[in-house]
Amino acid sequence: MRYERPHSMEEAVGLLTGSTGTTAILAGGSDLLVRMKGGFTEPDLIVDIKSIDGLCDIRQTAEGFSIGAAVPCALLGENEALKREWPGVVEAANLIGSKQVQGRCTIVGNLCNASPAADSVPALVAAGARASIVGPAGRRTIAVEAVPTAPGKTSLAKGEIIDAILLDKRPARSADAYLRFIPRTEMDIAVVSAGVCLTIDASGTVTSARVALGAVAPTVILVEEAARILVGTKADAATLQKLEEACSAASRPIDDKRGTVAFRKQVAGVMARRAATIAYARAGDR
Amino acid sequence: MAGVAVSTTINGDDVEFLCQPDETLLDVLRDRLGLTGAKEGCGTGDCGACSIILDDRLVCSCLVLGAEAQGRRVETIEGMAQGDKLHPLQQKFLEHAALQCGICTPGFLIAAKDLLAKNPDPTEEEIRFGLAGNLCRCTGYDKIVRAVQDAASVMKGA
Amino acid sequence: MGFDPRYLERNFTSVGTRPIRPDGLDKVTGRARYGADFNMAGQLVGAILRSPHAHAKIRNIDTSKAEKLAGVKAVITSADLPDLTDGNSEMYAILDNCMAREKALYDGHAVAAVAAVDARTARKALKLIEIDYEVLPHVTDVDEAMKPTAPVLHETVFTEGVEPKPGKPSNVAKRTQYGHGDIEAGFGQADFIVERSFKTEQTHQGYIEPHACVANANSDGTAELWVCTQGHFVYRQHCAELLGMEVSKLRVTSSEIGGGFGGKTHVWAEPVALALSRKAGRPVKLVMTRDEVFRASGPTSATSIDVKIGARKDGTITAASATLRYSCGPYYGMWAELGAMTAFACYNLENVETVGYEVLVNRPKVAAYRAPSAPMAAFAVESAVDELAKSIGMDPVDFRIKNAAREGTRSSYGPVYGPIGIGPTLEAARNHPHMQAPLGKNQGRGMACGFWFNFGGQTCTDLNVGTDGSVSLAVGTMDVGGSRASLSMVAAEELGIAYEHVKAVVADTSSLGYNDMTDGSRGTFSTSLATISAARNAIKVLRERAAQTWDIPVDDVAWEKGHAVAKGEKYGNLPALSLKEIAAGAGNTGGPIAGHSELVADGAGVSFATHICDIEVDPETGATRVLRYTVLQDAGKAVHPTYVEGQYQGGAAQGIGWALNEEYIYGKDGRLQNAGFLDYRIPVCSDLPMIDTQILEIPNPNHPYGVRGVGETSIVPPLAAIANAVSNAAGVRMTHIPMSPPRILATIKAEQAG
Repeated sequence: MRYERPHSMEEAVGLLTGSTGTTAILAGGSDLLVRMKGGFTEPDLIVDIKSIDGLCDIRQTAEGFSIGAAVPCALLGENEALKREWPGVVEAANLIGSKQVQGRCTIVGNLCNASPAADSVPALVAAGARASIVGPAGRRTIAVEAVPTAPGKTSLAKGEIIDAILLDKRPARSADAYLRFIPRTEMDIAVVSAGVCLTIDASGTVTSARVALGAVAPTVILVEEAARILVGTKADAATLQKLEEACSAASRPIDDKRGTVAFRKQVAGVMARRAATIAYARAGDR
Repeated sequence: MAGVAVSTTINGDDVEFLCQPDETLLDVLRDRLGLTGAKEGCGTGDCGACSIILDDRLVCSCLVLGAEAQGRRVETIEGMAQGDKLHPLQQKFLEHAALQCGICTPGFLIAAKDLLAKNPDPTEEEIRFGLAGNLCRCTGYDKIVRAVQDAASVMKGA
Repeated sequence: MGFDPRYLERNFTSVGTRPIRPDGLDKVTGRARYGADFNMAGQLVGAILRSPHAHAKIRNIDTSKAEKLAGVKAVITSADLPDLTDGNSEMYAILDNCMAREKALYDGHAVAAVAAVDARTARKALKLIEIDYEVLPHVTDVDEAMKPTAPVLHETVFTEGVEPKPGKPSNVAKRTQYGHGDIEAGFGQADFIVERSFKTEQTHQGYIEPHACVANANSDGTAELWVCTQGHFVYRQHCAELLGMEVSKLRVTSSEIGGGFGGKTHVWAEPVALALSRKAGRPVKLVMTRDEVFRASGPTSATSIDVKIGARKDGTITAASATLRYSCGPYYGMWAELGAMTAFACYNLENVETVGYEVLVNRPKVAAYRAPSAPMAAFAVESAVDELAKSIGMDPVDFRIKNAAREGTRSSYGPVYGPIGIGPTLEAARNHPHMQAPLGKNQGRGMACGFWFNFGGQTCTDLNVGTDGSVSLAVGTMDVGGSRASLSMVAAEELGIAYEHVKAVVADTSSLGYNDMTDGSRGTFSTSLATISAARNAIKVLRERAAQTWDIPVDDVAWEKGHAVAKGEKYGNLPALSLKEIAAGAGNTGGPIAGHSELVADGAGVSFATHICDIEVDPETGATRVLRYTVLQDAGKAVHPTYVEGQYQGGAAQGIGWALNEEYIYGKDGRLQNAGFLDYRIPVCSDLPMIDTQILEIPNPNHPYGVRGVGETSIVPPLAAIANAVSNAAGVRMTHIPMSPPRILATIKAEQAG
């Protein structure tokens, strides 16, 4: 086993490409070290990306925000501009684990761990976030929902590293929200979760919406039917009821130690309805 | 497996150690450096008993590699008191009986110290959520929360 | 003259105050040494290989590859822990649990172990051990295990306690029965009858410190063991018996203990560490992972309980019965029996009958968990009691007060009660402001009562007076919750000196006589008895020394407020001699001054509590929130009231976790799916409100200060109190613990669907 701390993306990509064994990228380590402790992975090479220039920064640009792959989630919560523009993404990122885990975990790690229950992913999908990827063939940018392909699996090729998550500049009267259901008040993995991002016009009518659900399918799902239900309405009670039903219907969960199929389907709708209510109110305040 | 040479600062002292690439900082602290104040309750970041502060961030030392400590500042429970003068949190934990078995206490003290550094005047709810990453099975948390509240008011007055 | 333990009313100086605990400073500075904080020169790292199968025959174990790995110093299997139990089935179960012999009986059952130069090598060696398993059908559910078609764990188990003896083996190890009167006649007199079935899932004590020990076995037959335990004398006894050692040649030192709650009353890995050390000829440190703690150290029973209670219109209970089925893991225990004994202990009943079944399943060996078996029985009974009160139209507190046991009541498990606290805690609950507090939408209030026996047992202490007048107290009961403070207070009280001058330590097994372990809420009760006795013996010596100094008869010397006083007019001019003065002269008056005590503490006063809680239920998700919680419990006499409060709060918090979220979840493959703190959900700080406490003091007649045990009772009422609150908040009766959101939501939906 080898531990390397490269100082550039090129060096990091080179290390990963040049390795013949199992490799692991280390940013926050809150998933990787747990898997190592449990004996589920024994990487031959660990590439710690925290010393790479810019990967620990949140940058605000003319296009929006670029969140470096090694930025701990706690830092998202401390960035007032990001919180103002993308409250749903920040609240999702700040629900991962404890304060201790917050000091380490990253949204890119959360995305690449490819758990269907990852907290930040439904919020990122709803937000239309993109992943900036650097690899042996150069740089490419894809929608975040294209990164996880199945539980524990991603579409990243050998040697590829996500260096940042990109969020667009927020239009007027637009906001997002994220809610999850957990049995305790903290420290749990989401049993179901919902991220909603929407924009309204001056009259309060929804002009665009994205609704994403977590932990109800092998990957986070974008419920287009729910978005269609919202658009053109003022998110009144009847609309929200329809949205709830659409989200429950779109859910294809499993029974496991964290919840049942029936529970997940019902509560997915409830979370989506409540998140849409919050996002709508927020949009009106902006 | 080749060892990694690490130079770091622990509780203000320069420290050098050699560790394995997959060795956690918690194991380094406990097994190599004799700093057994941080405890391993789970090894997976779920109990907070191994809490330390790494460059002003509260973290679980079981989720940090020893190699990552290179060039950074580590604060552990052993550095909390100044000489023979206890930190106000330590004093209030004693006075309020905020500990029974005490295994979680170092982690709680470190987490509470970080909490009060970032929020000197927390509400009860902020304390409860701020300390939710630290499990205690003995106290029901009541006396811990009261000790933190009391310490906060003492520290504000100081 | 023997020691007189009878209660005498008195004014206290130390007892009842709230000093800082003597072990506190080390615990807030990180210096306190727990099980895993100790190391020996040249020590090896031990690791245990565990069965991945719930039930499997072990056909062969090949350790040759592991033995050849560089750095491996010993590999052991059950062959290295031969059966020396000589027909003692209880010891055999402990041995078989420490290292499986013919069969692996649960996911996590130890099958082999290694000692190596470091953890990495030890883990690697475990992977090189080849085991040929024949996987057998398994059963993990308590009701399933009782069915005639269930896979049988042991062909040698025929249900005890039934006549005639069954002709076929089964998983029902034993049937027990308690009660008196005629329940059929009693139910015949009832105007209202409630009959319901309940289930509770298996929970773990959840101590934050995993089991850890360092064993050093020498070739001359001596050995040392450093270990976190609730009873180092019991660990010594069990380890010595299993390893064929002379008891006195094994010295066990207890570390600070990072929580036990009953789970550290049992040896799990310690005999294995000693066997590894013996084979390797070097010290071995063995620390369980959290995964191992859940999979392989004792949880409590899962249960299935039927309750039937009948009452007249005026609220008098006419008859009560219960059938209680408790899982034991793969070996017989007396868990259902304890449930059967405690189920109706709060009530004054003419006709009562409880039947318990001990059920064997492919799960870890059950160990005690704080008032073992009582919380589940109380959940079933107190839920039914609430429902019965409702059907009669009586207030649940008034209904309980009407039927509460009192002094002279024949308990449902046999004995006749002395002065007890159930009535007073109920009266205090009725008058508590919590009962009148307003409730909002989707909020409900519940209450319930709980009982625990409290134990006494064998206890031994040494009290030594230093030449400067300070006092060291050596006790043999592990301090799990502040007993070094309370015992120092008791010694100070009895001697008439200041608390600050007493230092209590937990002595190792070579320094003190045998002590039962700290369980059954016995620590402060029984060790304070022995401490008072030892102090009185020391006072006798102190009086003798004073008499010698004064050259007067010892009978004329009294002990008052820390001084020897010459009694009578004729000694008018003699100034009192302080303990400090007498101690300073000890070298010239007969040598060191000490008091010893060895006794069996009898008469631990039974304990009762009443809990009140408010719960909010989210009807759309089944989520619950604990809004307010109050514990009212009889302490006899609270030696250190703050630590008594801590016991009340801690027990309530564990009960809340059990009621709402904690459970062992097994897959169809018989494997435990949530062996970690992420998915075995104990309450976190933000889950709980402040937990209000009220200490009642109804003196125990069998203790000079009136002390009763306080540690366990507080976990008994919460399951039922919360179930009753949820019922009042959501309008549904929850009969399955934990009341997790999916269970609550499913029950609400079923109710809505009619």
